[in-house]
Amino acid sequence: MLDARDRQLLELVQMGLPVCSKPYAEIGNTLAMPEFEVIERLTRLKQKGLIKRMGVIVKHHQLGYRANAMIVWSVPDNLVKQLGGHISQFAFVTLCYQRPRQTGWPYNLYCMIHGKDRATVLTQLDQLNAECGLAGFDREILFSLRCFKQRGAIYQRGSGFSREERG
Amino acid sequence: MLTPLHKHLLNDFQRDFPLSSRPYQDIANTLGVSEDDVLSALTELNDNNFISRIGPIIPPNHIGVSTLVAMAVPEQQLQAVADKISAYPEVNHNYEREHTFNLWFVAVASDEGHLQAVLDAIEQETGFKTMSMPLVDDFFIDLGFKLDLHNA
Repeated sequence: MLDARDRQLLELVQMGLPVCSKPYAEIGNTLAMPEFEVIERLTRLKQKGLIKRMGVIVKHHQLGYRANAMIVWSVPDNLVKQLGGHISQFAFVTLCYQRPRQTGWPYNLYCMIHGKDRATVLTQLDQLNAECGLAGFDREILFSLRCFKQRGAIYQRGSGFSREERG
Repeated sequence: MLTPLHKHLLNDFQRDFPLSSRPYQDIANTLGVSEDDVLSALTELNDNNFISRIGPIIPPNHIGVSTLVAMAVPEQQLQAVADKISAYPEVNHNYEREHTFNLWFVAVASDEGHLQAVLDAIEQETGFKTMSMPLVDDFFIDLGFKLDLHNA
């Protein structure tokens, strides 16, 4: 699906598109790839779903969304997909995943809510519990406190392009 | 203070940023401003740390492998342990959360072997166990986040 040039391109573009008149041409200069090919490859990767979305990536915390909760539930394995699909329909949910249970950690369904404050997040969680039928399952709410490091996923070995972004 | 242009740039171009030769000009045309206005406003948003970057969101495990890791660390050692972990280039999103498992981070690597080596090294260096929970299924197609910027 991804050839070597796609990987090089993604590694570079995920560091951030330059803010200048012809950003794709500038990316192309670094890779010795013509501008039209940069655009063509990115368009194809997006169509194939290898880029979920392309655009402005905002910093929730700085924009007033200061309460970030990770909510975890333990639900029957045969219901995970259905419940995860339902949870994902809510606009205030920013992520929803299934992860394996571990010893001392029985939870298998995760979602993330970014809200302006804790009260709002807890109200939204009540809504999820009621509308998705989650109230009967064991769950925990883990609000974030300190952020030690925040950076987009950089899918590469080594640190050639690494740029730290603290949130 | 965010201007109406800032707000449009924050909310309207999270998903379908133009894939064209002059994307900022295209955005300017949509918003009825000049390309320079758009470039300046984005630079301001970046300088004020309101945006992380303009770029692609890549679904997990298509290019490399990643996992969510939790650790239980005594409060007085947490900052020091977190700093050691943040120093790994494979680690991103390293957070303190309210729980016995109080340190949560995501580790990303090119393959499983490299990822496991990073977790082993972290356990060795910090003296605390890692609990690794790689993704099983991803239900959410990330289409961005609608910000309410009325009071921003």
